[in-house]
Amino acid sequence: MRVNLTVNGRAEAVDDVWEGESLLYVLRERVGLPGSKNACEQGECGSCTVYLDGVPVCACLVAAGQAEGREVRTVEGLAEGDRLDPLQEAFLECGAVQCGFCTPGLLVQAHDLLARVPEPGDAEIREALAGNLCRCTGYEKILDAVRLAAARKAGRR
Amino acid sequence: MDFLRPTTWAEALAARADRPDAVPLQGGTDVMVEINFDVRRPGALLDLTSIPELATWERAADGRLRVGAGLPYARVVAELGDALPGLAQASRTVGSPQIRNRGTVGGNLGAASPAGDAHPPLLAGDAVVEAESAARGTRLIPAAEFYLGVKRNALAPDELIRAFRMAPATGPQYFSKVGTRNAMVIAVCSFALALHPAERRVGTGVGSAAPTPRRARAAEEFLAAELDWTGGAALDARVRSRFGELAAEAASPIDDVRGTAAYRRHAVAVMARRTLGWAWNDYRKQVEACA
Repeated sequence: MRVNLTVNGRAEAVDDVWEGESLLYVLRERVGLPGSKNACEQGECGSCTVYLDGVPVCACLVAAGQAEGREVRTVEGLAEGDRLDPLQEAFLECGAVQCGFCTPGLLVQAHDLLARVPEPGDAEIREALAGNLCRCTGYEKILDAVRLAAARKAGRR
Repeated sequence: MDFLRPTTWAEALAARADRPDAVPLQGGTDVMVEINFDVRRPGALLDLTSIPELATWERAADGRLRVGAGLPYARVVAELGDALPGLAQASRTVGSPQIRNRGTVGGNLGAASPAGDAHPPLLAGDAVVEAESAARGTRLIPAAEFYLGVKRNALAPDELIRAFRMAPATGPQYFSKVGTRNAMVIAVCSFALALHPAERRVGTGVGSAAPTPRRARAAEEFLAAELDWTGGAALDARVRSRFGELAAEAASPIDDVRGTAAYRRHAVAVMARRTLGWAWNDYRKQVEACA
């Protein structure tokens, strides 16, 4: 079947989509955006988190056909041209990236947190990121990065 | 496989009747896992996410809430915390934020897993499931009659879940769940309690400790008779303990990878006692405030 959707502001018409296919597969294998990672395929790890109509979801659990006519924003759509989002810069500066596999999902999920709660407390950050697993166990650096990005966005640092 | 994408409720009911081999799809948090892992290949997926009214809720003329089957858990938490506190608490324990953004109470009902988090508060709060078919119209099924077996419910093959109906809380409601961590965890077992002071009645729901979610009726009747509804007197330790025992007796758990039957029985008793302590504490404050 054909699926029409908008990805990072660009209209895409994707053909030959299998009816049981996930949005994640469409993004990675058909649209050519491999940023969203395929790890657990059961919504446990958060590595494939993308915005669907502005709401963060696990792309592996969205059927491709459910994205028809909808807007998707992936990790590739967080930067503006060459200018990284402050959250992405903070991840780099804080060493919040180790193997990098969980990073795209964490970035999208944390990006949504900071859009909703500009100055989150630690409990709020932990709760927001509870569905994003990092197996390098780099969580402390990740929390540092989210705190730094929040402070910068609030003009405190 | 076909992908059916009705945009009106009438179209959805027609599609359900035409295609008994279709699996209804909401947030995909159960169905897509089975598809991704090749354990299920239905003839069709019946996507219900393009029917706007399913993702809404309203207050009926009689004051009861009618909550669309497609309302995600995140919105139950954000919008129904005051009216349905037990269900909102349970919704808060579902998966992760991403899962709560997609998963729905309707999906929980459709999947009818004994471990579904929404079931115990629906049972404790006397929820009624609104099923509908093109041929026979609307049928109201009390939650206590809805769960028939492990992942089996009372829906006919041509029916879809339109909504559930539930009265707003008139007394304290609590939910408790045992799992290996606070997030991303399927219940080892769970328990919901609702006090209904106007009728001097107690509602309960036991989750993940029997082939279906179920009420602990003997525990409800025992407690309703023992509570000092008028004066709000402190709870007797014997009452708390007996309530826990009766709740545990309602369970018929199994040993599995998440826990043993003995552990589940013990944990149900503990959760019953704890939720009772929290709820009665709130109730006594209400009584004092009104005195």
